[in-house]
Amino acid sequence: MKLTLNIWRQASTNASGSMQAYKLDGVDEDMSFLEMMDMLNEQIIRDGGEPVEFDHDCREGICGMCSLYINGQPHGPSNLTTTCQLHMRSFQDGDTIDIEPWRASAFPVVKDLVVDRSAFDRIIQAGGYISVNTGNAVDANAVPVEKKTADEAFDAAACIGCGACVAACKNASAALFVSAKVSHLALLPQGDAERKSRVLKMLDQMDEEGFGSCTNTGACEAECPKGISITNIARMNREYMSASIFGEK
Amino acid sequence: MSKFDSKVPAGALADKWTQYKSEVPLVSPNNKRKLDVIIVGTGLAGASAAATLAELGYNVKAFCFQDSPRRAHSIAAQGGINAAKNYQNDGDSNYRLFYDTIKGGDYRSRESNVHRLAEVSASIIDQCVAQGVPFARDYGGLLTNRSFGGVLVSRTFYARGQTGQQLLIGAYSALSRQIASGRVKMYNRHEMLDVVKINGEAKGIITRNLINGKIERHGGHAVLLCTGGYGNVFFLSTNAMGSNVTAAWKAYKKGAYFANPCFTQIHPTCIPVSGHNQSKLTLMSESLRNDGRVWVPKRKEDCGKHPSEIAEEDRDYYLERIYPSFGNLVPRDVASRAALYVTNEGRGVGKTGVAVYLDFSRAIKEQGKNRIEEKYGNLFEMYQRITDENPYEVPMRIFPAVHYTMGGLWVDYELSTSVPGLYALGEANFSDHGANRLGASALMQGLADGYFVIPYTVGNYLSKKISDPKVDINHAAFDEAENAVRASLDKLININGSRTVDDFHKKLGKIMWEKVGMSRNGEGLRWAISEIQKLRKEFWEDVRVPGTKDSKNQELEKAGRVADFLELGELMARDALAREESAGGHFREEYRTEEGEAKRNDEDFTHVAAWEYTGDNQEPIRNVEELVFENVELKTRSYK
Amino acid sequence: MNWITNFLFSSVGKKLIMSLTGLFLCLFLVVHMAGNLVLLDPNGARAFNEYAYFMTTFPPIKVASIFTMLGIAFHIIDGIVLSLQNQKSRPTKYAASKAGKSSSWASRNMGLLGVIIFFFIIIHLKSFWFEMKFGSVPYVEYDGNKVKDLHTIVMAAFKSPLYVLFYLISLAAISFHLWHGFQSAFRSLGFVHNKYTPIIKILGYIIAIGVPFGFALQPIAAYLIANGII
Repeated sequence: MKLTLNIWRQASTNASGSMQAYKLDGVDEDMSFLEMMDMLNEQIIRDGGEPVEFDHDCREGICGMCSLYINGQPHGPSNLTTTCQLHMRSFQDGDTIDIEPWRASAFPVVKDLVVDRSAFDRIIQAGGYISVNTGNAVDANAVPVEKKTADEAFDAAACIGCGACVAACKNASAALFVSAKVSHLALLPQGDAERKSRVLKMLDQMDEEGFGSCTNTGACEAECPKGISITNIARMNREYMSASIFGEK
Repeated sequence: MSKFDSKVPAGALADKWTQYKSEVPLVSPNNKRKLDVIIVGTGLAGASAAATLAELGYNVKAFCFQDSPRRAHSIAAQGGINAAKNYQNDGDSNYRLFYDTIKGGDYRSRESNVHRLAEVSASIIDQCVAQGVPFARDYGGLLTNRSFGGVLVSRTFYARGQTGQQLLIGAYSALSRQIASGRVKMYNRHEMLDVVKINGEAKGIITRNLINGKIERHGGHAVLLCTGGYGNVFFLSTNAMGSNVTAAWKAYKKGAYFANPCFTQIHPTCIPVSGHNQSKLTLMSESLRNDGRVWVPKRKEDCGKHPSEIAEEDRDYYLERIYPSFGNLVPRDVASRAALYVTNEGRGVGKTGVAVYLDFSRAIKEQGKNRIEEKYGNLFEMYQRITDENPYEVPMRIFPAVHYTMGGLWVDYELSTSVPGLYALGEANFSDHGANRLGASALMQGLADGYFVIPYTVGNYLSKKISDPKVDINHAAFDEAENAVRASLDKLININGSRTVDDFHKKLGKIMWEKVGMSRNGEGLRWAISEIQKLRKEFWEDVRVPGTKDSKNQELEKAGRVADFLELGELMARDALAREESAGGHFREEYRTEEGEAKRNDEDFTHVAAWEYTGDNQEPIRNVEELVFENVELKTRSYK
Repeated sequence: MNWITNFLFSSVGKKLIMSLTGLFLCLFLVVHMAGNLVLLDPNGARAFNEYAYFMTTFPPIKVASIFTMLGIAFHIIDGIVLSLQNQKSRPTKYAASKAGKSSSWASRNMGLLGVIIFFFIIIHLKSFWFEMKFGSVPYVEYDGNKVKDLHTIVMAAFKSPLYVLFYLISLAAISFHLWHGFQSAFRSLGFVHNKYTPIIKILGYIIAIGVPFGFALQPIAAYLIANGII
């Protein structure tokens, strides 16, 4: 198939960028979207240009590195699918495809389609962990966890930290990402000791990074490649209010 | 053999590690604060080591090339993690896990290391659960296990099909906590480009900041390489796109031995290549072979037909035919080779003719679609997403793919390479899996090395360095290493040839896959060595790397990695050529039994081949560490 | 007291204020709408005027109206602050966006709807509340009680079809605002429950349709009566 690609090109964080059009012929429908991008880059290099930078690594939908905003949707048109698992059969011959980076002030563009998501790392560093030094652990079966709770915690823990929730949200809110981690650890008995301080620290960091607030539009859940539920956001709000109002500090 | 000291402690096998731990010199807390440790790679091994060493009080600098430490390729492991917990009361023990690992590795690993791995395995599960890793539980709220990879006990802990992800997030969160505390300084999007040695000891690394291209110097009292495997030398593999050998290769060139590079694991149930633009291969859990039947048409002429048009009597269920007792459940290497042979005969299926069928129609008929969906629903979905074919109706097409590399930097019992102060952990070292790795053991090894082994063993080395000052990064050795790195980057940028980096990588991959892949022979290996040499020469004359070295430049990153693969590939072929036997993932066509199966040569090859670098384009030296088996008896595998 | 400001100025705290004031205003709307239904009373003018007299003189109602004003003020100020911050969180917009695929129009346009409702409130207050308080509304006498004849003012206002149309559009905006806002407020307050959330959602939809519908009956009825159609 033959495609027209409108791609955001930006040389560096401080440079100004713009959409540029590329023609690509001979795209096979069995190719993944990123293989199509590879093909485009090979063409650009042969033509003496500079290839389009984009983030990707595992290409099997789990590392969370790929991050393209395709035709107005993070990770493109398929549900529960990361960019790397999107295939060209989702497009038609002759299509024009818009490809942009995630847009958020907390995710500055590094180059072209690559953005800096270290804000997510800093939120986790603020409290997205259980403080247990290596060797401190009790026997794994010492604390039973109700299966339903364990499953719920798992559902939240399935987040891959790609940032599609931020990209999808009209407010560029990170509520889904943060709440997934808050929920994961708040649900488990192992995470109980730091439950209050964790949610306070993580949310404060989230606000500091400049993410927007949550309007409960549900776009994050709809675009999340791992189907993380917005119920987690309500849980996070509850945890935060309870920690703020009833916490001793 | 005077070159080798594997530093295995004396004493009975089961007591060695306890003994070692009680005798190893300790570093006092106030001295730990003065010692810097550099850790390259933040997968299971790197993140767990960084977190643990920081908890102990060392100053840690951790590096990863991804945008976040959470993205390391450990994340992609699906199946699970083994541990000798014996929660199922089915007779598991440290010894059994040890024995299974040694046997599974075809008797090409070091007894003492493997036993230690089994000993610490149970603590890994405790640690991970305490971190909040949501392992599967049963209705009583306790952890559940499954049996994996043909062993007789259920010792595999799992978190749906995302065990690697959950374990990595656990290690990443422990690492994040230490970053917040200031004990770990994290460098994302940094690639290590050389090791710096001062007076024969590793004292630092040279890195490139991948965002702005800055070349940086980092000094430390010890350097830990946790940089994973080198499967991407084949271009197509189940590894992540960025997985590379560069860190290990630079270490090799600075004097660390590279052990058993030819031991690569090929996984039989991967989604086959669909076209020449394919960039990576996706693995599906081996459990599919429990219910799927593998077949190809009996006649070449039928290969183009739709599978439903091929009558039952015209199908060749070749695994069931050749291995009546194990059938479709033969080990990974046997299943992979059999698929290769039938496709070589021209009986492969699919558009490319390089695939075999994995057919669930009988299982669906016998057990019902619902039962099959329950067991494999997510895998079927993944298959359909990638191939656009419904495996409930049309047989899956599968083909083997490179998956894991057992070889790696040679390390002693303390995980130290042959360069003092330079350590290798996880898949980057060679130590625990011999010639073949068991399923669900990679995660175990990465975390064992990082959480429970290195904190003791690196202490032994660092206890002798407590009066050493901070490493001086203005030392001449740093100048030299940095200049070499700069020169090499300049060279790559300035060739300005006509072919892309991927073009070379694909050519290398093709040579490797065809001649240094599942089935190897002397002639093919010799051909591969000369072809790789030619290709390498062409690369340095004709590669085109666009852009500059002072900005984000993915092509330059790739070019550096491919340059190293072009050297590693040759070493793998040399190693495969020198190992005149068939063992585990290494199959030499000249060395097989009358029935055509792998034939080990225990008399001449019960050893580790540790290659020593002698200079560019010069023949490396093959050193040998004899493997001594005092606790197990060497047996031959049979699946007929 | 630092924790209070920290809490209320956090993103969750600001949403807490938004949802509490919002839910309070929902309550106000229900009561206001129910009261207004007296306009449909066959004994129209008198019932309505007496109702208006009661509403402007009964002390608890006066207190409640102060709270309502404050609620509206906080809801607006908080809304403005949140909108500005949210704008800042995405300085560069997407060239192409298919936001409609993953979220409802109302949920994405609460600010715009809020602005429409704000202008409506101003005009509405100016026309009736301000007139009632400070304007020169003629008096009528019922059983010896002199009350302001708001009914005549209302009838005069709704005689104009444009004015009725303006009301209907504004009520539609309120409907969309409530459609998303009611259930969203519970989410912001952290209230999500397998059993009760579906009920809240349905209740929200009933309020979002029922309240504006009830309100809409009044200008329509007034229009029909004032123009002698019925």
